[in-house]
Amino acid sequence: MSNQALPRPRFNAPNPEPGSKAALKVEARTTPLLQGKVSEVPDVAFGWAMRLCGLAVVALLGLIVYQLVVGSALSWHAFGWKFFGQSDWNPVSDQYGALPFMYGTIVSSLLALVIAVPLSLGVAVFITEMCPVSLRGILSFTTELLAAIPSVVYGLWAIFVLVPILREYVQPFLASTLGWTGLFSGPPYGIGMLAAGVILAIMIIPIISSITREVLTVVPQHQREAVLALGATRWEMIRMGVLRNARAGIVGAIILGLGRALGETMAVTMVIGNRPEIAKSLFAPGYTMASVLANEFTEATGDLYLSALIEIGLALFFVTIVVNALARLMVWSVTRGQPARSIA
Amino acid sequence: MPDTDSNTAAGFVPQSSIPQISIPPISLRRRVMDHVMTGVAVLTVALVLLPLFAIFAYLVYKGIGSINLAFLTQIPKPPGEPGGGMANAIVGSMVILAIASLLGVPLGIGAGIFLSEYGRNRYGDIVRFVSDVLNGVPSIVIGIVAYGLVVMRQKHFSALAGGVALAIMMVPTIARTTEQMLLLVPQAIREAAYGLGVSRWRTTLSITLRTATSGVITGVMLAFARVAGETAPLLFTAFGNQYWNWRTDQPTAALSLQIFTYAISPFDEWHRQAWAGALVLIVLIVGAVAAVRIAVKHGTLAGA
Repeated sequence: MSNQALPRPRFNAPNPEPGSKAALKVEARTTPLLQGKVSEVPDVAFGWAMRLCGLAVVALLGLIVYQLVVGSALSWHAFGWKFFGQSDWNPVSDQYGALPFMYGTIVSSLLALVIAVPLSLGVAVFITEMCPVSLRGILSFTTELLAAIPSVVYGLWAIFVLVPILREYVQPFLASTLGWTGLFSGPPYGIGMLAAGVILAIMIIPIISSITREVLTVVPQHQREAVLALGATRWEMIRMGVLRNARAGIVGAIILGLGRALGETMAVTMVIGNRPEIAKSLFAPGYTMASVLANEFTEATGDLYLSALIEIGLALFFVTIVVNALARLMVWSVTRGQPARSIA
Repeated sequence: MPDTDSNTAAGFVPQSSIPQISIPPISLRRRVMDHVMTGVAVLTVALVLLPLFAIFAYLVYKGIGSINLAFLTQIPKPPGEPGGGMANAIVGSMVILAIASLLGVPLGIGAGIFLSEYGRNRYGDIVRFVSDVLNGVPSIVIGIVAYGLVVMRQKHFSALAGGVALAIMMVPTIARTTEQMLLLVPQAIREAAYGLGVSRWRTTLSITLRTATSGVITGVMLAFARVAGETAPLLFTAFGNQYWNWRTDQPTAALSLQIFTYAISPFDEWHRQAWAGALVLIVLIVGAVAAVRIAVKHGTLAGA
């Protein structure tokens, strides 16, 4: 009965002469509706164009690998594995060893993790488990704002604000209290490994905390309720019900942060001191793989010099690829196939 | 049930029917621990927000004082001379970003369409994984690749090389966000279009993509904002320039490069300008993102 209320389909166009202009127009409009016969050519072409775009992403990765491998061949033939074992970096005598840069990259990144992990876990736990809902959005927005600041601006701030603070207050304090460890000795320049570690920490906190937050939110609510029902306090609930369930994802988040720290260039280059030395003290200047590329790539005159730099790039590329792939898999294992939100 | 308490009706089990368990009170140690950890969490939030406010406050404080008409309209003066500005760097950044968007956005959206509409299989998984991996490649390494691809062939640094480097960085982010946004479009809408006899490509472009427009554009802006402040991949692609340059095959100044050069220079005047440049850079990024957001909201781009 409600059928009668529906408007009748409008197919009452007058039948025009076959072949006339009007007939073509009507046909074009009604053909798919009436006969469902559409040319498949554009469809297939579009499908393959999109597949090509997908393939291009894979090709981009291949291109990166190709460029790096070809570019570094000269240095690879000259030094082999020794390249990563010797610490002599001398463009004048054409001797290149990447050890000091690898050391600098690893130490500055680990230092950044030591500072950033507790802080970002604290922030993530506070936002997901403790803070009032009204604050939640504002807090996560503000921490993510930290991720939007360009690296070079961090570096600028670090040079003119962070380094003086470290030099005047933090380093003398560390030297007098923890100087006996040998990690905090030598003249407090401000600039050096410690400054690089601190600025890196500030830069990776948003990444670690936002992914940790994501992982914590997928922990099922009944896990929390079960632990609370057993008489746990809130902290015990967080420790046993939440953190323990999410640990693979949290480790993944930390490793993603590490991946970002390893490849970070500008801010580190601006404050680490850029001296290819291996020193135990964190006050001493250092050099990282990324910053030697930033500083010397355009000045590399000899072919071998350029090739050695590209090999450092290749090594950096492989380390970050492995670290990132590992981290992705760990985050995926917790969020169950739901891809982690890509990090901006 | 023997007890006819009114609670039974409401679904409560009467007290007498459950065995009495004596729940020990929460010990002082546990209660203290709970409060301590809450305090620690609050402290970490404060510690994280502190540098954020410090950076913004310092940036505005230092930057505002140094921005003037000359800064926005003049090219750099030789070191030691006061005055001058970053006009060429601002324009250069825009040119490089335009090239990057022109190359990166269509490819990224195409890859996103592939992932959501054609890639719900093993091949899609490969592309998905690769683009996540690509997302983690250090920007300086991308710079090396663009150097090998463009600079080595052209034999000199150029805006084009910088644009290519940034485009490579934009693709994975855009592809993944586009995919996620397209997946949010209900299957029923696609089926409705198919039911009307609309072909698949037309459905994808005019129905699926159009429904997800604002989300896709947000993803594009995310990628844009991310690369807009990048310095490392531009160091040996765009290279920087102290003068005006309008050709895409010549070394080109970029705002972020200029900030870097000025920040590590020994001149106070240049430090001042570096702060101003940083403020302009952030304002431009936020401005561009906001402008596109507004355009999406008010329909200028709604049909895009």
